[in-house]
Amino acid sequence: MSRINLLLLQVLVAVVSIALWHVLTTYPIFGKLLLPPFFFSNPVDVAAQIVAWFSSGVIWKHLWVTLIESILAFVLGSIGGVLVGFWFARQPRVAAVFDPYVKMVNALPRVVLAPIFALWLGLGIWSKVALGFTLVFFIVFFNVYQGVKEVSPTVLANARMLGMSERQLMRHVYWPSALSWMFSSLHTAVGFAVVGAVVGEYLGAAAGLGYLIQQAEGVFDVAGVFAGMFVLAAFVIVIDTVVSLIEKRLLIWRPAVGDARP
Amino acid sequence: MAENAAVAASNTQNARASDAAIVLDDVVVAFRLADDVVYTAVERATLHVADGEFVAIVGPTGCGKSTLLNVTAGLVTPAAGAVNIFGNSLSSLNRQAGYLFQADALFPWKTALENVAIGLETSGTPVTDARARAREWLARVGLEAFADRYPHMLSGGQRKRVGLAQVLIRDPKILLMDEPFGPLDAQTRQIMGNLLLDLWTADRKAVLFVTHDLEEAIALSDRVVIMSAGPAARIIGDWRVPLTRPRDISEVKLDPAFHELHHDIWQKLKAEVLKGYAWSERV
Ligand SMILES: Nc1ncnc2c1ncn2[C@@H]1O[C@H](COP(=O)(O)OP(=O)(O)OP(=O)(O)O)[C@@H](O)[C@H]1O
Ligand SMILES: [Mg+2]
Repeated sequence: MSRINLLLLQVLVAVVSIALWHVLTTYPIFGKLLLPPFFFSNPVDVAAQIVAWFSSGVIWKHLWVTLIESILAFVLGSIGGVLVGFWFARQPRVAAVFDPYVKMVNALPRVVLAPIFALWLGLGIWSKVALGFTLVFFIVFFNVYQGVKEVSPTVLANARMLGMSERQLMRHVYWPSALSWMFSSLHTAVGFAVVGAVVGEYLGAAAGLGYLIQQAEGVFDVAGVFAGMFVLAAFVIVIDTVVSLIEKRLLIWRPAVGDARP
Repeated sequence: MAENAAVAASNTQNARASDAAIVLDDVVVAFRLADDVVYTAVERATLHVADGEFVAIVGPTGCGKSTLLNVTAGLVTPAAGAVNIFGNSLSSLNRQAGYLFQADALFPWKTALENVAIGLETSGTPVTDARARAREWLARVGLEAFADRYPHMLSGGQRKRVGLAQVLIRDPKILLMDEPFGPLDAQTRQIMGNLLLDLWTADRKAVLFVTHDLEEAIALSDRVVIMSAGPAARIIGDWRVPLTRPRDISEVKLDPAFHELHHDIWQKLKAEVLKGYAWSERV
């Protein structure tokens, strides 16, 4: 399928869905509205709300806060995950000692941590960063740990035979391998950073997309809730595209999916 | 045939230990499979390789050829026996050896050029110098045009050639090669074989060359060593190849001496191949 065709079809899906939504919320069928606007709003109101946000400029502040929180959570979580992942992979004894605790903490639904973080760090951005951090950290950690452990033994033996010191092994073998594993989870990690930020805002904040949605919900402003969700979705797509571009540059050495050679 | 083997054996035994690049004496290799299960892969293997000598090892699959190379490289420690490299007992990694592995061993995240250059960079050569010399080596193996490709964009044969350049650029005194032409077609094998002989003639290293192709072994080497089927594989034959050098692989196969030797060795090898096969069927 050519790019143009693909794009057209993708747009078509959106148009049909929105049209359906509009029809079902506006025109009665057999004397009855299938989607009552009180619960489902309608595309016109939602669009009006989005336009109002952007034209008045209030949305930028919220987007900015959510963006900063997501980036901080992602960067700090990644750094922590990489460091601990490397450490555990190179020190199996440390890993063995901490193993049950890692599993325990990872099994914890992070939402229950949100109030605690709010208590500790206040209602500002840091409680949201902390929530995102706990999500991102584990994804990156597990992937880096795996990446370091799963270096092909032959490649490792080859590196040793080529005279690499322990430090050179880190730089030329373990690090690229860990990085490739980490990048394979990059989209998930970035997604979780945003989830952490938005959920944190939703549960208590003074700004951000989550806060916006929560405010609208508080006054049963369904159009506002939907508008918030759409802005959030667009926000995630933009970030995801940026991540894809970075990934493409950094993982140039990897076979594209579908033409993998053994 | 037995006579021939005996002569070759005594020839090598006569070489003084300090002359020999590789001396394996009664080497035993055992792998622990489970807590109380030990698999003896190689049983009392003795092999001497003189400096500048090209020795091929042939044997049924799973007999322990790669294991012997790993022992020589210092990657596997034998359970018993001695390993001496140029007269020194080997206690850790063999720094004098270059090893072309049986499996893919290139760094997938480095280009062909970077892969070749890395062996110099690790020993302190400045990156630009290392890259320049890597380019020369890529040209020598006929891959100049592929310098910027990543391993997954190269064919199996091209990858093996990059691997060869990667190892040879360090100018090791000993070259260990594990079925380097394994996955290649017959024509490419010949081209690679001639390439290898050219490189080796220009700079004679001690070579330990593992192959499952007896013709290739005879055509390339000074001596052919045969291993018995595992478990507890031993070295059961050692023939000197009476062919003159320089050789061309396709021409040398027309020599009557080639056929005589091939016939002799095959008589012995055939039985082992069948044994090795039967054993792995049972397992
Ligand atoms: N790490 C290991 N642990 C347990 N057994 C091993 C290990 N490495 C090799 N072996 C066993 O030792 C024997 C010899 O293995 P090796 O790889 O040396 O065979 P090979 O002669 O190189 O075979 P091929 O021609 O198929 O490459 C085999 O039976 C194999 O199963
Ligand atoms: Mg092998």
